[in-house]
Amino acid sequence: MPRPYGSGPGEHMLKLALQRVILAVFTLAMVAVVVFATTELLPGDVCTAFLGRDARDVERLERCREERGLNRPAVERFGEWAGGLLSGDLGTSVIRDRPIADVIGSRLRNTFVLGIAAAVVGIPLAVGLGVLIAIKRDTALDVTISSTALFAMTLPDFVTATVLVFIFSFVLGWFPAVTLINVNAPIAELLPNIILPIMVLTFVMVAHIMRLVRTSTIEVLASDYVQMARLKGVPFRQIVWRHVLPNAMLPAINIVALTLGWLLGGTTIIESIFNYPGIGTLLLNAISDRDLPLVQSLALLMALIYIGLNLIADLLTLALNPRLRTLRA
Amino acid sequence: MNTPLVEIEHLRVGYRNASGEMIHVLRDVSLDVSMGESIGIVGESGCGKSTLALAFMGYLRRGSERIAGTVRFDGRDLFALDDKALTRLRGGQIAVIPQNAGQALTPTLRIGAQIAEALALHTTLSPKAVSSRVVELLMQVRLPTPEVLARRYPHELSGGQQQRVAIAMAIASQPSLLVLDEPTTGLDVTTQAAILDLLAGLQREMGVAMICVSHDIGMIARLSQRVAVLYGGEIAEMGETQALLRKPLHPYTRGLLAAIPTIHDTAIPRGISGHPPIFTDYSVGCAFAPRCAHADETCRDVSPALDLHRSDDVRQVRCHHFASLLEKTPPPPLNRVPSVPPGEQHSPLLELVDVSMRYGHDGIVEVIRRRMSNEASDRPMTVQAVGFSVHRGETVALVGESGSGKSTIVRAISGLMRPLAGGIAFAGKPLAGSIDQRPQEVRRAIQIIFQNPDASLNPRHTVADILAQPLRLYFRLNERECRQRAAALLERVRLNTAYLTRYPAQLSGGEKQRVAIARAFAAEPDLVLCDEITSALDVSVQAAILELLVDLQRERGTAYIVIAHDLAVVRALADRVAVLKGGRICEIDSVDEVYAPPYHPYTEQLLASVLQLPAHAANGAGYALPTYTISPSR
Repeated sequence: MPRPYGSGPGEHMLKLALQRVILAVFTLAMVAVVVFATTELLPGDVCTAFLGRDARDVERLERCREERGLNRPAVERFGEWAGGLLSGDLGTSVIRDRPIADVIGSRLRNTFVLGIAAAVVGIPLAVGLGVLIAIKRDTALDVTISSTALFAMTLPDFVTATVLVFIFSFVLGWFPAVTLINVNAPIAELLPNIILPIMVLTFVMVAHIMRLVRTSTIEVLASDYVQMARLKGVPFRQIVWRHVLPNAMLPAINIVALTLGWLLGGTTIIESIFNYPGIGTLLLNAISDRDLPLVQSLALLMALIYIGLNLIADLLTLALNPRLRTLRA
Repeated sequence: MNTPLVEIEHLRVGYRNASGEMIHVLRDVSLDVSMGESIGIVGESGCGKSTLALAFMGYLRRGSERIAGTVRFDGRDLFALDDKALTRLRGGQIAVIPQNAGQALTPTLRIGAQIAEALALHTTLSPKAVSSRVVELLMQVRLPTPEVLARRYPHELSGGQQQRVAIAMAIASQPSLLVLDEPTTGLDVTTQAAILDLLAGLQREMGVAMICVSHDIGMIARLSQRVAVLYGGEIAEMGETQALLRKPLHPYTRGLLAAIPTIHDTAIPRGISGHPPIFTDYSVGCAFAPRCAHADETCRDVSPALDLHRSDDVRQVRCHHFASLLEKTPPPPLNRVPSVPPGEQHSPLLELVDVSMRYGHDGIVEVIRRRMSNEASDRPMTVQAVGFSVHRGETVALVGESGSGKSTIVRAISGLMRPLAGGIAFAGKPLAGSIDQRPQEVRRAIQIIFQNPDASLNPRHTVADILAQPLRLYFRLNERECRQRAAALLERVRLNTAYLTRYPAQLSGGEKQRVAIARAFAAEPDLVLCDEITSALDVSVQAAILELLVDLQRERGTAYIVIAHDLAVVRALADRVAVLKGGRICEIDSVDEVYAPPYHPYTEQLLASVLQLPAHAANGAGYALPTYTISPSR
């Protein structure tokens, strides 16, 4: 007798997905409120930043605030800002005197190029190593890889970066130590510059994912269904690909999404070490320039990337895990 | 005589424990299986049954090793084969039907893909032929709409359907040997009967040899021509199934059979005290001697050999004294007397009136949609308008298939889940729906014992801590008083006070359940809810637990509500029985009425599914030939 489901699996999946999307939109709205409120609470505002020393001139400051409508109630200004965001208008950078969308544009692309390249190298490497050492657990190979990864994870990223720059730029001279190209340079020109940052990022992220994959793979290898597959005469390689990997990956999806969020949201420290023209360095510059509208936009953008990736991870988990898809609420 | 299909010779398997000592799991097992023959292997848990079953496939669990002996399949030594040859053999000529199909099917692969995998590996069918063969196989195991089912994932199927899929997967390659490891454990009686029916049918049609491992002797009797009783990693007794059940020779076999409750008898069966021993390199003497009432010096010092005994049948027995024991009759089963005749009481202790319950929550989207369109939730009711009462000192059993609402009713009484409608009264006062709103006195008076003591006892607390919890909570006893009471409680559940300092992990399954019972009785309750408390235990241990429950009831006049899927257990324990189906009570009456004709149609269906060894006979009267009524497959 089939179990009575309230609705078909497809409809159920759609409902679950919709729920996740609603939650994501809600979270983003909350982030917008918090970001706006925080900048509101900070001492000073756009005009004090814009005028700098001139802000001591009370009259000029007042005029500036009048021009930019800063004397209106915060709620009203938030409404205007949020309305602008919804229609795709991020506002204008005060210091740079350009639309924020233009300022961010190429830099976001650069960050994505670096982040995606690092993810393409690092994530499969981490998963592969995790499965490998789970299969070879408690052997010399496992111990070596595990402890190396742990060591790499524990080192602060700027230390790793410095060591790698020393080896590959100064001693070997293979890659440039800092990026000295234009923000809008074509992707092909970026590539030689991102190899060292990718190496550093890989060092930092592999251990987390690998250890998680190792644990879940060991668990899956001990499961009844893997024993059943062996007793069914399935060759070991096929067991790993068909029976182990999809199940072992499920708990790792969320940490992979968090890692991606970290990579694509701009790895501020690493970008600034390598002087890489991404949104991470932009954020640092915006903060030191007190370019508050730009800081707000960047903070919101990073939140959007995190939330978006987590949403994708949730949906991916739903797609990969048939149990979640059709389980009754 | 033709050569056997499988020959196991002097097989010894063991593993090294933490201190490097070799623990022997199988000790010198020799067994032949002929083509098309079906052999049953029975014994308590810890006797090496599953290890032996896996050895038939040349498979050892991680950490286990073969110490000596051979397993020959078709003349080839399985432990001498390389991985490639073993891979071809497993799932090909030798296939396994696993214990828990729900966990043995890969959750992320569709049913069809899993069966197709077996076909692709072990047959030369084209991909197209494979998919039509998958449908044929699903039909052969009598699953409805096989095309649809092939597209489903394992979790979308019921337990019985999952087991059928596992069977389809096993027979896909038309093996000559099927290894069944507890193939029906965890299934409803009706589903169990249907699966056994299917297996027996397949064996007839395909002429496949079967090794059937189970603690359920009723099942073995149904499926096997010969049976081996395994004890302490050795064959204690082996012979033709029906002759062996009719006239068991080994004291262990006799004890095991006497421990099985029957649906024809209200008596509490006798258990076997103690548990299977652990063997090291230095163990000597008869494995059963520590638990055997008839053991003497010889038994403790000299290991008995597996002797051939010929009378009505050819029997192998490993016992020094079996011949002289035949004349001795074991103590008769216990008869249970209700402590307080329910008729003499005026008001019931507990009364449920029209209780209805439902599970689950709607998601955000669903709630908003319903709010807007103003409609009620359409999730089905798990319990519908159920009403019954329980008197002091009385035992009421709830029976029914899974999903019938038994456990849900117990959740309502215990306050873990609030009824949607209806009311519950306890000792004449209405009972709050949630445990948080109940006064301490009421919480003390209603206690619950769960099915799985592994999950219900905190693994980081000692037995003394576990028992002290209710004592401190309900009686505000100090440390010293707690100790004394805890020791007294342990004695009441027949455990040595040395157990006070042990952790749950150091106890056997039966001992853990005794601690769980002691914890419930620490509160000096008026009503104890028992949710399948013996279903995870071996029959020998189960019998002892049943006896304990009855003794405690007699001492304290406690009322029980018992959930059990085993109708024979219910017969032994209950005064009244409520038969549930789809969340409704379809019959409620005294146990003798429910178990005697005229039957309610659904009760009759449940009873017909019970695998029963009809006449009880370890006391020397002998077993009658098992007769079975198997319900039509579902």
